[in-house]
Amino acid sequence: MTVFLIRRLMQAVVVLFVMSLIVFVGVYAIGNPIDILISPEADQMERERAIRALGLDLPLWEQYLVFLQKAVAGDLGRSFAFATPALQLIMERMPATLELAVAAMGISIVVGIPLGMWAGWRPESFAGRTIMAGSILGFSLPTFWVGLMLIMVFAVHLGWLPSTGRGETVEIFGLRLSIFTLNGWQHLLLPAFNLALFKMALVIRLTRAGMRENLLMDYVKFARAKGLSTRRVVFVHVLKNIMIPVVTILGLELGSVIAFAVVTETIFSWPGMGKLIIDSINQLDRPVIVAYLLITVSMFIFINLVVDILYSVLDPRVRLKEMKS
Amino acid sequence: MTIFARGMLLAAFTAFSAGSASAADLTIGLGGAVSALDPHYHNVATNNMVTRHIFGRLVDQDAKQKLVPDLAESWKAIDDTTWEFKLRKGVKFHDGSDFDAKDVVATLSRVPWVPNSPSSFSIFTGQIIETKVIDAHTVQLKTATPFPLMPTFMAGFAIISDQFERAPTEDFNSGKAAIGTGPFKYAQFARGDRIELARFDGFWGPKPDWEKVTIKQITNSAARVAALLSGDVQIIDQVPTADFARLKKDKNVNVSSVVSNRVIYLSMDTNRDQTPFVTAKDGKPLEKNPLKDVRVRKAMSMAINRPAIVDRVMEGQAIAAAQFLPDGFFGTSKTLKVEKFDADGARKLMAEAGYKDGFALTIHSPNDRYLNDEKITQAVAQMFSRIGIQTKVEAIPFATYSPRATKLEFSMMLWGWGSGTGEVSSPLRSFIATYDPKKGNGPSNRGRYSNPRVDELLGQALQTVDDAAREKLLQQATETAILDVAIIPLHYNINNWATRAGFTYEPRTDESTLATGVKAKR
Repeated sequence: MTVFLIRRLMQAVVVLFVMSLIVFVGVYAIGNPIDILISPEADQMERERAIRALGLDLPLWEQYLVFLQKAVAGDLGRSFAFATPALQLIMERMPATLELAVAAMGISIVVGIPLGMWAGWRPESFAGRTIMAGSILGFSLPTFWVGLMLIMVFAVHLGWLPSTGRGETVEIFGLRLSIFTLNGWQHLLLPAFNLALFKMALVIRLTRAGMRENLLMDYVKFARAKGLSTRRVVFVHVLKNIMIPVVTILGLELGSVIAFAVVTETIFSWPGMGKLIIDSINQLDRPVIVAYLLITVSMFIFINLVVDILYSVLDPRVRLKEMKS
Repeated sequence: MTIFARGMLLAAFTAFSAGSASAADLTIGLGGAVSALDPHYHNVATNNMVTRHIFGRLVDQDAKQKLVPDLAESWKAIDDTTWEFKLRKGVKFHDGSDFDAKDVVATLSRVPWVPNSPSSFSIFTGQIIETKVIDAHTVQLKTATPFPLMPTFMAGFAIISDQFERAPTEDFNSGKAAIGTGPFKYAQFARGDRIELARFDGFWGPKPDWEKVTIKQITNSAARVAALLSGDVQIIDQVPTADFARLKKDKNVNVSSVVSNRVIYLSMDTNRDQTPFVTAKDGKPLEKNPLKDVRVRKAMSMAINRPAIVDRVMEGQAIAAAQFLPDGFFGTSKTLKVEKFDADGARKLMAEAGYKDGFALTIHSPNDRYLNDEKITQAVAQMFSRIGIQTKVEAIPFATYSPRATKLEFSMMLWGWGSGTGEVSSPLRSFIATYDPKKGNGPSNRGRYSNPRVDELLGQALQTVDDAAREKLLQQATETAILDVAIIPLHYNINNWATRAGFTYEPRTDESTLATGVKAKR
């Protein structure tokens, strides 16, 4: 276990280093952020001053060295646009995205697993077919379109839920959270559902496939022969076995939901990290882009680790030390 | 659905209807993003618009960008290089302290100081070489050379309280230093999400209608329209052209429009002998750069059917342009007319210039900056093709477009220019005057157009304090540049706002959305 963790940690450091280098060179190649940030009325002198103020007058390698030096001390630089440490900026936005991601994952699990189990248990029934047809819609409809439709139906026509933005927040341990207010939940519901739609379809399909496969296995026959109730066979023995692929996928998907909820956040004006990264890319706000990607990469590494550990819990045959990466 | 979920939904719906805002609250859906509440940090339209609610300026601009008194009651030039501002008496800051000359001095000292500013407001204060306090309500500003635009520039930045002369940007964002003389007080700033403001009852001017103002950032235009339709916000700016006709018909919505100070134009490389994106039709380099020939530029301008672009691409939400600013702005020419569409005439001119068979050209254009930018360029390209110029369009995001244009990589490009000062010297100095870093001329002149006559007229204008004489010089400079086809003006945008029925907005040429301009019909 320890060897496994150390190896993982070393890999993580290398990945982070390479990542920062790529982003640095990439953003540098695109252009000079000053052209976007500066007022068009500014004259050449003011332009030179702004370039110096942001440290963009140094050659690329020197800029990168300065960045590395500070990064080791935990300082990922100040945003060009906001004059705020990039890390703080991202942390400010993170609770909003986490709320959205967790709510979306919650919805997709709570809805997806039971539906998937039913579709696998009674694949030929009307309900089973309807669920499968519905899941195809979940896969194939573009997120931004569904988002706009949700807004049109629930906010504009029915007037039940607010159309955009985040609701009232309360401060808990220095984090602004909206899940503890009713107004917060009203604002969260539509974007969370929109984000959950795709995952829900995924969970339904995975669960159904697992269900169908496992029901034919010998251990189910033995369990039945032993006289166990159907409920116990399905909810204890089968469920545990079909959870392995579901957990893997959900783990990875949680990462991608957090990192790439961009479309949903944009449509619902949800002030999360996804919107921050898009705005930052449009403004070539390099410190924020670098910090964001480093955090995202760390998060994926961490989630992968948790998934691997969960494997060994769910399936005793899996041993951590045998895993290579 | 589980009973739990059903219960929760029910609770949510009942709570929503109960939680509607009171009559004196206003919510604005803003298309832009606000980076800071420090009024001296980042000179960008959205920031300036929001800080105007909190902070006063010496001089203000009305909805048509005419100068009106704000914290200065009056101003005059005492001699060629000295401007005197008489400050308003009895003005209070939000913390109850009095406003006087020391706050002006502190502001002038802070503006160039702000650390890490990506776009400083010192462009409005750099001309001042000495600030003299005559008494608590009289300030004299001295310049090295005559500076007629002093009052205009004093409308460019906010006045802060002297206790925050060295307050960092964070203090303004947190509200600690966001103490101004404006009609609204800071209540909350949730970056990327919203700004909340509360009415300041000690405001010296007319009392605004709204007790509480929430400015929500809704950058996605479809979402912004939806927020208006659902009643979450009472007013939105930057109404998408595609939705405009529909909203106009909607009984629940009012729209208000005004021509903007923004001209959309084509800029050309008129300087180099070889320009990278103009070749013969077979791809071989040409002997000389045809864009240097005024006849070619004139032909291209004549080839453009501006009414068609306004009608089809802009869906009526623009006005064909003849110069740098729409009629009525200070310094605009009274004689210039919109270039008539004349393809035959254009072909004749091309032949006269020796390009009977035309040439090949690539126009570069941003695709995320100006309203319908890429579509406009596509339309222009087709019109050029009709007079024998084989035209390609390369549309790229502004983040890559702008740095490449600054490096002079393009031959012809689409730009927009909004005159923050509301008069013609702004476009003339920024992208028509000869590029000269020493004088600060032509910083946005990416075609490197150069015309000594224009430079001379503009130079004179910028030294002439007398308004009438200056306006005449600016008109002459404009006419000289346009007749020489320094740029090809296409159209002026129209600024649109949409409000819920029962609300009206006084539309502004400078694209700002101000809570003070929103009125409820009684």
